[in-house]
Amino acid sequence: MTEATVPNQESVFTSTARDWSSDITTFKGVPWGKAMMWIFLVSDTFIFTCFLVSYMTVRMTVTDPWPNPSEVFALAIPHELFGWQFLEAPIPVPLLLIAIMTFILISSSGTMAMAVNMGYQRNKKGVIWLMLATAAFGASFVGMQAFEWYKLIVEEGIRPWGNSMGAAQFGSFFFMVTGFHGLHVSAGVIYLVIVALRVGLGHYDKTNFEIVEITGLYWHFVDLVWVFIFALFYLW
Amino acid sequence: MATAEIPYQETVPLHHPKTWLGKWVFSQDHKVIAVQYGITAMAVGLVALVLSQLMRIQLAWPDAMPWFGPDEYLSAITMHGMIMVIYLLTAFLLGAFGNFCVPLMCGARDMVFPFVNMLSYWVYLVSVIVLLAVYPLMLFTDVQPTGAGWTLYPPQTITAGTPGADWGIVLMLASLAIFIVAFTMGGLNYITTILQARTRGMTLMRMPLTVWGIFIATFLGLIAFPALFVSAVMMLLDRLIGTSFFMPAIVSLGQKLSYSGGQPLLFQHLFWFFGHPEVYIVALPAFGVVSDLISVHARKNIFGYRMMVWAIVAIGVLSLIVWAHHMYVAGMHPYFGFFFATTTLIIAVPTAIKVYNWTLTLWRANIKLTVPMLFALAFVLTFIMGGITGLFLGNVIIDIPLSDTYFVVAHFHMVMGVSPILAIFGGIYHWYPKLTGRMLNDTVGKWHFYITFIGTYVIYFPMHYLGFVGVPRRYYETALGEVYPDFYPASAHDLNVFITCAALVVGAAQILFIYNLVHSFFWGRKAGANPWGANSLEWRTPDTPPSHGNWGEQLPSVHRWAYDYGVPGEETDHIPQDVPRRAAS
Repeated sequence: MTEATVPNQESVFTSTARDWSSDITTFKGVPWGKAMMWIFLVSDTFIFTCFLVSYMTVRMTVTDPWPNPSEVFALAIPHELFGWQFLEAPIPVPLLLIAIMTFILISSSGTMAMAVNMGYQRNKKGVIWLMLATAAFGASFVGMQAFEWYKLIVEEGIRPWGNSMGAAQFGSFFFMVTGFHGLHVSAGVIYLVIVALRVGLGHYDKTNFEIVEITGLYWHFVDLVWVFIFALFYLW
Repeated sequence: MATAEIPYQETVPLHHPKTWLGKWVFSQDHKVIAVQYGITAMAVGLVALVLSQLMRIQLAWPDAMPWFGPDEYLSAITMHGMIMVIYLLTAFLLGAFGNFCVPLMCGARDMVFPFVNMLSYWVYLVSVIVLLAVYPLMLFTDVQPTGAGWTLYPPQTITAGTPGADWGIVLMLASLAIFIVAFTMGGLNYITTILQARTRGMTLMRMPLTVWGIFIATFLGLIAFPALFVSAVMMLLDRLIGTSFFMPAIVSLGQKLSYSGGQPLLFQHLFWFFGHPEVYIVALPAFGVVSDLISVHARKNIFGYRMMVWAIVAIGVLSLIVWAHHMYVAGMHPYFGFFFATTTLIIAVPTAIKVYNWTLTLWRANIKLTVPMLFALAFVLTFIMGGITGLFLGNVIIDIPLSDTYFVVAHFHMVMGVSPILAIFGGIYHWYPKLTGRMLNDTVGKWHFYITFIGTYVIYFPMHYLGFVGVPRRYYETALGEVYPDFYPASAHDLNVFITCAALVVGAAQILFIYNLVHSFFWGRKAGANPWGANSLEWRTPDTPPSHGNWGEQLPSVHRWAYDYGVPGEETDHIPQDVPRRAAS
């Protein structure tokens, strides 16, 4: 009647205990590369945690006023495009650019998940196109980040060592942390393209497509980190 | 316990290198990488040894070396500390022992990703070269090694007046960041190998304690080194492009610097969030090695194996929440001190379990005083000594007067300097026969042991007294008794001379060790497959030294734990792990 009466139904505790007390592998059915990627991500989590905790510490203790993110990160909707005027004046919208960037990065997680699904089904074409789409989303994210940096550095005069709006640490932490994350995204784009190419060249035809899932782990991690950066830098 | 699961390593062929270069230099064989790590670590360790001798000579006879001024002294302190903690101890215990022991003891053919493992060594070598590059640069340019002390506390680290505040510190931080990359590549391999690439019948609770120590220590490393990486990056930015992460508004040499608003305490927190687990990154593999050595050479199973494992795990977890006991005098909130003192003292419980279990393993055992056993016993003694002074320093109220005195120097050299070094020596004497096929010379080994062990006691025991009388650490000159009689008692200086004499003898005695390593490699007695009569899998390889792939055609099957010594009713005094259990009658 209830599920507990079904024979061979183990609790998750029993199966976990059995796996951990078994020989050969602790995580059953987990390939080496996937286990290694998970452990690497634990380590990388601590890197980003240290960056973000340092940022919070300094932001709370610094004596100069912190620049207002809504103003710093505002993007104006242009009032005309290609000579066609459709508004009376540009409308500054807080966090517009970053909202688009975040939307794109989260969307890339969606295409990545679909690619992993295609990998399970051994659908090579699907894997390749979806991974390339993910890489394209990632590349456009980095491109927009470059645009954002350009705006902050050239137009608003924010430097890592100081700015005219308040605490110097604003620029220091912003450029360091988003830069470090941007490097992760860029590395991920390269990783995605390489894996997609190798899938296309048939490197994994004889084995399986676990590499797609491993790449996906990294990519989702980078997206997840962005959520925290977004919340702590743009919404705080 | 054997399941139907087939070890993945049995299904994939190893790629044997064809060229000499691929076999011995750019080798992906874990044993060759272990030797490369070991030799590099020992070489850089010799640099640290020479630096320590220079410091001791300066302390005893201040006028003996006119070229060794305060700047050089501070640089020597910094380099000595950093080399010993990171480039020697971490690299040797995890890079050399980790690489050698993990696949052999788990019954794996190699690390799971041998190429990454190889890269780990070469990146480590780059970090060592970047670190030591400062010495040749010193000869031709005005670059000085950093003299900030191994803790690299800002703001003084990158403020004019500290030696190497311009470029020495940049080299140091860059080298640390590179080292962390190398460690991560190796560490991921060790953990994945232990978790996913054991042989048939090798459950986690049948692994030798050496593997357990390396396992938890590597995990700690992967969690703690990121904090050092982050602080190194931030300090590099402070130094190179003028950010103020760690730098408050500050006046230096009459000039207001361009820094403002940074948090020096933040660096200390980050540094010690790395720095305290680092103590256990070094200590846990040493615990494991010593447990195995004691069990093998006392011909008795390790007492309380399960408790030993859980003690390692508990120490690992606790070590992550004690870091601020290094900062009692830094000006943090007193309640923090209360919290961190409590967690610190709690660590004494699992640590004491380990020490009791070593002692109980020895109780009524058939102790063979071989050279590795002597080193293991010496480890227990120095570790107790250093551990107990750790309880003093873990208490806020006792720590405050003892802070920054020679008592601290004595404490951490006992617990983190001498003890792991003794464990490393013990491990080398123990595994050298498997690695090379030849025994190390016993007589030379015993001379090396007695001089090193008694010598280090003679060096560090009196330092506790120096600390009690208030001699501060890191001071360039303590021979001020005649000039400022109220500052130090004359006895403090006499003691310093005494310590220096002992240090010179111990330093010179290491030549015996190197001679032994080299001489025995060519002319040592043939060891045979299992000279110590040990049970763990590394002694059961078909070839000695083990060939690439370790196990020949088939991986070994494990049927028991690694500690079946002197089992009542058995014919032999040891039953290796791959011997099947007799059917129950």
